[in-house]
Amino acid sequence: MEKRFDSAAVILPLLGIGLMLFIWTAISLKVAPDLPSPLKTWQESKQYILDPFFKDGEMNQGILRFAFLSLVRVAKGFTLAIAIGTPLGFLLGLSPKFNQGFDPVIQVLRPISPLAWLPLGLVIFKQSEPAALFTIAICAMWPTVINTAMGVRSIGTEYLNVGRVLKLSPMKTLTKIMIPATLPYMFTGYRLSLGMAWLVIVAAEMLTGSPGLGGFLWQEYNSLVYSHILLSVLAIGLIGFALDRLMGVVERRFKTA
Amino acid sequence: MAILELNGVGKSFVRSSRGKLPGGKVEVLRDINLSIRENEFVCIVGRSGSGKSTLISLIAGLIEADSGSILLEGQPIKGPGPDRGVIFQNYSLLPWLNVFENVYLAVDAVAGKLSDSDKRQRTEHYINLVNLGAAMTKLPRELSGGMRQRVAVARGLAMDPKVLLLDEPFSALDALTRGTLQEELARIWSETRKTVVMITNDIDEAILLADTIYTLTPGPGATLGPAIAVDAVHPRGRLQLSGLASCQKARRETLRNLTTGASRPVAGATVVIH
Repeated sequence: MEKRFDSAAVILPLLGIGLMLFIWTAISLKVAPDLPSPLKTWQESKQYILDPFFKDGEMNQGILRFAFLSLVRVAKGFTLAIAIGTPLGFLLGLSPKFNQGFDPVIQVLRPISPLAWLPLGLVIFKQSEPAALFTIAICAMWPTVINTAMGVRSIGTEYLNVGRVLKLSPMKTLTKIMIPATLPYMFTGYRLSLGMAWLVIVAAEMLTGSPGLGGFLWQEYNSLVYSHILLSVLAIGLIGFALDRLMGVVERRFKTA
Repeated sequence: MAILELNGVGKSFVRSSRGKLPGGKVEVLRDINLSIRENEFVCIVGRSGSGKSTLISLIAGLIEADSGSILLEGQPIKGPGPDRGVIFQNYSLLPWLNVFENVYLAVDAVAGKLSDSDKRQRTEHYINLVNLGAAMTKLPRELSGGMRQRVAVARGLAMDPKVLLLDEPFSALDALTRGTLQEELARIWSETRKTVVMITNDIDEAILLADTIYTLTPGPGATLGPAIAVDAVHPRGRLQLSGLASCQKARRETLRNLTTGASRPVAGATVVIH
């Protein structure tokens, strides 16, 4: 019984992937002849995968080199996002007045696309790298802000009462009660923010032409090497999946604490 | 001199109308007068919903009275403070701190000036007092309900309060654990002789522990009945109590006050005429 279940856990995802490859092949054969088939994609991309660290100019590097460049950019933008988003979320959660004042601003800024922020970033910073980081940070910080605020608002009165009876200083109340109580919410926010940051990276690199997975994708589109677009898309998807799993593990650690 | 004094304390809550329930002001407590001596163990017995927890929150300073005054050593109380340590019904341990850290937080808050080793020693002393020496590094979620409440008792005692407030501390526990913890509290109290105000709905618990029992009339507008003295030496044992005439008398009076809702001296009590 148990063994059967295990084999299903392997076979079913393989079936799903197989079906996906079949649809991809069918489209490349029948619908869009310009779209490379899976086999052609592999043949034209294997150099990037089998020698993932080669470097032959800024815009021609192994896939892991590009991934590393993108990850570094995302890490910077994400750090900026949570460094601003966490305290902002705390303020919103602590002060109903602050919340009343800023909630409308947040609700308006939140749905703005990275494609809209990037030109603004370029206007403000005049350089592509800071503009990209600005875009990642401002798009990715909202889940952190909103979850942190919600976490602060749902700190149990019983915990706060302990702090009141002990007459803890505001600093002690923050470090011993409020931050630990909010931590699980904060990490849910961080996981969602990281996902958002990774989503934004492609747009940011495409528009700024920076080397990385998104920049490579756009350059290969312009050079008509379509198989490399698919290579980048798959790499972006796999790395995004891995990042989410990684943050999920971290998040769960704090959930049980 | 009374260490804790309540004079004409009243408290109402504003209830917003919800569904079919009408809104308006609900008077929970009315004209509460209470005077507690140093080293006295006072139990306040009342039915659920009679405003017991409101009374303890008022003394703790977690909520403010609408009328009357609450004096600790003759001074009006200002908000909550560790001089009135509270042991909450739901334990209120911080789940991210282990047993030692939960108690240490209280020690550190009241004895910040002591050296670190002194504070650690004091923390360990109180944890050992409630027989949890072997569980110092355990997190609250790894403990049973009874053990959690022991930690809460240790934390309350570690505040070294002038008055220790207990808000139905054992009501969430199963009967056997409750019995053990009651007897342990009786032992600890006879060692430390703290001034204690304990809220409970368990008459036997009150008789086992208290020097004086007050009943709270059924709310709304609950007020205290006359004092009922329990004359028996501490620490008491359950068996020894069951045969004691004075305890049976206290038990009868408490029950009668609870059922009649007496708020004035009952017949038979001494009335002093000036």
